[in-house]
Amino acid sequence: MSKINDRSKDIGKFIPQADDDTIICRCEEVTKGEIRQAIHAGMFTLQEVRKYLRTGMGLCQGQTCGKLVKKIISQELGVSPLELESAVSRAPMRPIEMKVLGNERKG
Amino acid sequence: MINKADVIIIGSGVIGNATAYNLAKAGKSVIVLEKDESIGDGGSTRNGGGVRQSGRHSAELPLAMYGVKNLWPNLSEELGVDVEYYQEGNLRLGKTEEHLKVLQGIVDRSKALGLDLKMVEGDEAREICPYLSDEVIGASWCPTDGHANPMLVTLGYYKKARELGARFITGEEVVEIKKIKGKARQVVTKENIYEGDKIILAAGYGSRKIAETVGVDVPMNPLLMEVLVTEAQSPMFYQMLGTAEADFYGHQSTHGSFVFGGTSGHEAFNKDGGIHATNSKTASAVCRGIMKYFPDLGDLKIIRTWAGHLDYCVDGIPVMSHVEEVPGLILACAFSGHGFGIAPTVGMLLSEMAMDKETTLDVTPFRYDRFKAKI
Repeated sequence: MSKINDRSKDIGKFIPQADDDTIICRCEEVTKGEIRQAIHAGMFTLQEVRKYLRTGMGLCQGQTCGKLVKKIISQELGVSPLELESAVSRAPMRPIEMKVLGNERKG
Repeated sequence: MINKADVIIIGSGVIGNATAYNLAKAGKSVIVLEKDESIGDGGSTRNGGGVRQSGRHSAELPLAMYGVKNLWPNLSEELGVDVEYYQEGNLRLGKTEEHLKVLQGIVDRSKALGLDLKMVEGDEAREICPYLSDEVIGASWCPTDGHANPMLVTLGYYKKARELGARFITGEEVVEIKKIKGKARQVVTKENIYEGDKIILAAGYGSRKIAETVGVDVPMNPLLMEVLVTEAQSPMFYQMLGTAEADFYGHQSTHGSFVFGGTSGHEAFNKDGGIHATNSKTASAVCRGIMKYFPDLGDLKIIRTWAGHLDYCVDGIPVMSHVEEVPGLILACAFSGHGFGIAPTVGMLLSEMAMDKETTLDVTPFRYDRFKAKI
């Protein structure tokens, strides 16, 4: 069940950090600083950050950055990572060509 | 915690957020309640992103045209988020004489209402979009249609409304609207009670159950639709595409990926049980649909598929209405899968309704009491 989450709660000001330029989502080239700024703009869940910045929407579908993004959100909001839901995994498991996925012939 | 505001909005989809933005901008206090843990996690961020006037129901067309003329062009600037709005036109494609008849009907009806929409031959369509298959023999062409990124529009409205002081609370599932002294006043959630002078019910299909608590029913069904996205490709074309057969629709996004939606024909008989699960048949069917019109795209890889619910109304157009029996309540649901493109206009109209102002456009076609039995 979802926990009540008031989006106007005070999470402090955005303070630049030395490693803000580090790329967290390699597929979509999203940096730590961009993720932190999105959180301060109100994106409090992995799902929202993903939809706002495309983290985890690239070829690897977040297999690399999912945990890192979760850690950044938990630090910024001051909550345990265990309280944050991971972003939903979506079919297909691996990228697949349209002509293969659309082929219904057997063999 | 003060749980009172001028307006309580139920649902943080693109409609609720756009309304919250307009109200906050006008200086009203607003609380938006969302049952899910994420903002706008329903159809608002799961649709194909069409900003379309062509093919609209005559009641909705003025809303679509108003938005395209006055609101969409400045939206990115207004929200401080690039919503990836493209106004490169809409081609609705046909491959058979039957298709052309369908398209001609759409063109005739929309033109009569003042929309710039015309039929083009196959070759003319290929001049607009050179990647079309030779099987395309004609299309309808609306040069002022376009598309935008639904996730950024929905979250952009949220971000800006929040900046302007609107309060958003997620994980708050509304169970009841309560009348006090004959007027809708309280919104009861599983754990709290909120109070507002006006209550806007914009919770998609979920609105039906909530409206029932004040004795109002909107005849709509949930319908699960699917969308897929490909790997990024260098820019090919930015028109919005659809077909007379409605076998797929879509566009190329700023990111380079193609976003395509479509149907298998089994949507109304889905065993989804209320969750947003994709069906193994649908993406394959959509791929076959796309390749019939765009053979060049066959080698493109599908990266991701997803599904979302429409709130499909019995007559296919929304309910946007005051409710005389329940003063203070405004219904804003049953957008039937075409709410995204008109959301900026709807946000404006609903905010006017909530402030008891005269609406910029006529909303009487969207009355809640319009539903009559067939005999």
